[in-house]
Amino acid sequence: MSIKSDAALPSVNTVYDVNRIREDFPILKQVVHGKPLVYLDNAATTQKPLQVLKELEKYYYTMNANIHRGVHALSQEATEAYESARIKIKKFINALGKNEIIFTRGTTESINLVAQSYGRKNFNEGDEIIISHMEHHSNIVPWQLICEEKKAKLRVIPIDDSGELIFEEFEKMINERTKFVSVVYASNSLGTVNPVKKIIEVAHSFNVPVLLDAAQAVNHLKIDVQELDCDFLAFSGHKLYGPTGIGILYGKVNHLDSMPPYQGGGDMISKVTFEKTLYNELPYKFEAGTPNIAGAIGLGAAIDYVGKTGLDKIARYENELLEYATEKISELKGLRIIGTSKNKISVLSFVLENVHPHDVGTFLDFEGVAIRTGHHCTQPIMDRYGIPATSRASFGMYNTFEEVDVLIRGLKKILEVFG
Amino acid sequence: MEQELRELYQQVILDHNKAPRNFRKIEDASNFAEGYNPLCGDNVTVYMKIDKNNIIQDISFQGSGCAISKASASLMTSMLKGKTVEEAEKLFNNFHDLVTDKLGDKPDMENLGKLAVFAGVREFPARVKCASLAWHTMLSALHNKNEKVVTE
Ligand SMILES: Cc1ncc(COP(=O)(O)O)c(C=O)c1O
Repeated sequence: MSIKSDAALPSVNTVYDVNRIREDFPILKQVVHGKPLVYLDNAATTQKPLQVLKELEKYYYTMNANIHRGVHALSQEATEAYESARIKIKKFINALGKNEIIFTRGTTESINLVAQSYGRKNFNEGDEIIISHMEHHSNIVPWQLICEEKKAKLRVIPIDDSGELIFEEFEKMINERTKFVSVVYASNSLGTVNPVKKIIEVAHSFNVPVLLDAAQAVNHLKIDVQELDCDFLAFSGHKLYGPTGIGILYGKVNHLDSMPPYQGGGDMISKVTFEKTLYNELPYKFEAGTPNIAGAIGLGAAIDYVGKTGLDKIARYENELLEYATEKISELKGLRIIGTSKNKISVLSFVLENVHPHDVGTFLDFEGVAIRTGHHCTQPIMDRYGIPATSRASFGMYNTFEEVDVLIRGLKKILEVFG
Repeated sequence: MEQELRELYQQVILDHNKAPRNFRKIEDASNFAEGYNPLCGDNVTVYMKIDKNNIIQDISFQGSGCAISKASASLMTSMLKGKTVEEAEKLFNNFHDLVTDKLGDKPDMENLGKLAVFAGVREFPARVKCASLAWHTMLSALHNKNEKVVTE
């Protein structure tokens, strides 16, 4: 990072050497519309470091084989790599056992698995399922589907103007009809970090299990599932500097044991006859078919990579970026930040008085700046604030203060054109 | 401003975005339809008053959207007032050709008139829907389908 004599720059990052980190992400050297890429769409997906790309390459170059079924050398090697990725993930979230770690396609599939398997077995007419107003569509629709099927009722914890859950409403809402609580750990469009530990405590006092959608939390907060005591936890590899198409469902073993399979096929059985099929043990019961082997190995590599710098340092640095960006962006006329909770991940959503987010997105693209514009798969939040969409800048471990300045300069230009 | 960007956001478009024409509801509309683009949350309602000679006596719109979609709806309503239903359909086709630039369909620039400012949209595949939403909605209103037009 070239340290400019610009007085506006804060005490430049002292948490770690961000230039060193940037070297690991070849894509950051891309040029967009003649300008250096400024990638601020990390909440949608993060970029992948060389360390992950090399693992993917190594897998396909040297050990590609199907797992759990061959006696030959490559199959055994691939199986070992796949299973050792599972152990990395177990350690990463401090699960009790590796049989609690299920590989899925991502957060969406993890939530659907629980809704379909746990829900189908345990929900009945008149039961209530609690989610919040700030859920991603992937933590709304799966519950709507099962609620419709079971004639159960979906209840929604409201949020206040700052984008925080109204906790007292949750306490009033939960009762003996409540069968499940599924909430987002950190919101992808507001940035809010929810008081999940308190939510779990209250839910457990009613004997109600809790699923945490940790899609946006895993790359920012140290997660310890035993300490949190959550029943299920879902996240995606691609938001944690890993590949797309791979994700995790963590579940407490007693729940997973009692749940019926989600999909049927190879790998999830121990014995098949036409009369009766015996299911495989955990976690394989929930991993039907040939999985995304390379993806799992890549996710393991991503966790190693993040661990090298340390999530605590990454979070500290990203918080500094967020603070700086929030301060700078607040100086712009007619700009309103959507999501002003005190406890946020590095997500900055905003609207401009006279400029639609879509126009903001196109203009910034010409400055090389990639942000997300739209409803971010959280339409109920947009309705809550009475807006059609927001612009969202989200920061990752490799972003810099200078990149924040490029964003701000771009926004100033837009205000001039539309002024 | 970069050339491509300037072509997309021509002064006419910025003007219509800032001060959209015919931005109101027609209380006694004979035809209307709603359009919605789920990708960006743009929504538009087009109102029309068509007389028994098939002439569009009045046309207006309401809704929210980006500069491109607002300007497009604004210019569309200014162009269509006083036109016949057949002329409106023809202009729809011309406009469609203009923003999608299908091979072989050279847009009829003469008929398009002021609408030519939307030619820049072609370079922005992600924005074509913004420009065409009002038009699709207008077509649906013409046929009084009253069903929600959804583009994605
Ligand atoms: C909070 C949250 N939940 C769930 C998802 C869905 O993740 P995926 O699309 O990887 O399944 C996302 C991703 O956008 C998210 O931000």
